[in-house]
Amino acid sequence: MMALRLAWRELRLIARGPAFWLLLGLVQAFAAWWYLLLLEQYRSHYEPLVVRVNSPMGVNDLVVLPFYGSVLLLGALLLGAAMLAMRLLADERRSGSLQLLLSSPISMTQLAAGKYLAALGCLALLALPWILLPWTLAFGTELDFARLLSAGLGVLLLVAALAAIALYASSVTAQPATAAALTVAIAVALMGLNAGVEAVAGGDDAIADYLAMLSHYEPLVQGLIRSSDIIYFALLVLAFVGFTIRQLDSLRTQR
Amino acid sequence: MTSSKALLQVKGLGRHFGPRLAVADVNLHVTRGEVLGLLGLNGAGKTTTLRMICGTLAPSQGSICIDGVDLMEQPARARQSLGYLPETPPLTQDTSVREFLRFAAMLRRVPSSLQHDAVARVLSRCGLADVAGRLIRHLSKGYQQRVGIAQAIVHEPALVVLDEPTVGLDPRQVVDIRRLIDALRQDHAVIFSSHILPEVQALCDRVVILHHGRQVYIGEPTDDDTELRYQLRLQNPPDPGALQALAGVESVRQLEPMLFELVLADDAAALDEILAAAVAAGWQPRELGRCRRTLEQVFLSLTAGEAAA
Repeated sequence: MMALRLAWRELRLIARGPAFWLLLGLVQAFAAWWYLLLLEQYRSHYEPLVVRVNSPMGVNDLVVLPFYGSVLLLGALLLGAAMLAMRLLADERRSGSLQLLLSSPISMTQLAAGKYLAALGCLALLALPWILLPWTLAFGTELDFARLLSAGLGVLLLVAALAAIALYASSVTAQPATAAALTVAIAVALMGLNAGVEAVAGGDDAIADYLAMLSHYEPLVQGLIRSSDIIYFALLVLAFVGFTIRQLDSLRTQR
Repeated sequence: MTSSKALLQVKGLGRHFGPRLAVADVNLHVTRGEVLGLLGLNGAGKTTTLRMICGTLAPSQGSICIDGVDLMEQPARARQSLGYLPETPPLTQDTSVREFLRFAAMLRRVPSSLQHDAVARVLSRCGLADVAGRLIRHLSKGYQQRVGIAQAIVHEPALVVLDEPTVGLDPRQVVDIRRLIDALRQDHAVIFSSHILPEVQALCDRVVILHHGRQVYIGEPTDDDTELRYQLRLQNPPDPGALQALAGVESVRQLEPMLFELVLADDAAALDEILAAAVAAGWQPRELGRCRRTLEQVFLSLTAGEAAA
């Protein structure tokens, strides 16, 4: 209950500043632009081709899939996560207001959970246009709803993981800019871990494949819901929220 | 509304930061209705001690009991009886005063149904009713400090801890904050740190002086009369050794050619002995008076090494 109250207050404070609304506006504009671009490309280029060769592919493969797999979506979520990292705990530490939370009768788990839920809510709101836009195709064509739901779940799981990374990065430092940079660094490292290892080692690496975030996100976008991918994201969230609780506890025991 | 029950009991408190000793063997107790002042130079360990009392820093050794609850064993319960104003007030700049105090009440687990009344009461008590709807960032430093104190007492804690509450304020604001602290003693035990001696003397019932992390003095903030220290002026002074030889004289220090400072073991008997000897030997006594050390002298002598450095 205390965690929910903390989350609600944090959300209200975030909504009070211009940064979140600016970012939300930008993300919506990006989403709309990319969506219309893909749609136009499909209509003028792919559709005649698909009809000519009688391909089973349609908007689900040629619009929905690239829309969710877009680097723009990842960039927007990264930007949102970095913005959140700047304020969640780093700003509280910098301004000294963390002392109020640390001296209050609340546990570090409640504090971390409250801040995490607020970050999750913010990022989910940023991702909402991306999740909802493809549903508008239902007005003009037949959609694979199961695939859309799976892709939406993928985006939400990605959001959940990024919120946890932002929370942890925010707990590590009192400098908001450092927290933002750390968030981007951890997230990018986790996203492209397998590609990096492959480039260095010159071949696939099973461990790097499992640890890389995008290897678990892409199957969901393609409509494949696997328990191993959901467990991966759940573990990632638990790990980073756990690291945050540990980090907050270490502020009391600093040496 | 005073009681002799200790609201704060600190025993053998110590803290290391790596190899550096920040605080060692601090023992405190504060009862309801009492204001305890923590004095010390910058870096003496005042803030570290207060942070440990408030649970924002874990001690390396020692125990802390707040209103009978052990802070290490039941931290959440102990912190419910505690209000803390750190050196930098822990304010959320983009909220209104009322909203912030409501949040502070919620954090301190004041039931939802009582939060409105608790905030109204503390707004009035701290003289914030007129600015309740204003954003904290638009308030003067003095008002921000009042908000800081208000968040520390919104839940009516048994113990209020204030870390240098008047630092950076103008003289008028200092007087206002002192009045507020003085009013707090009626319902709470207050412990506050400062390095401003007149402030401590004006507000505190007892004073603890910290130096290099150690508790070097505990007592009342009035003049120190624990030693029987006298000044004796003689028109025809003898060698100091002759004064030292008199019964009841513990030590002699020659302050001026005709002025001596004597520390006596027992003033009733020794004073007669000194005067009789002075008259008999023709030292021509002209002045004999008790001299008490002020808190300032006590503080300066205890922290002399630092001052010289």
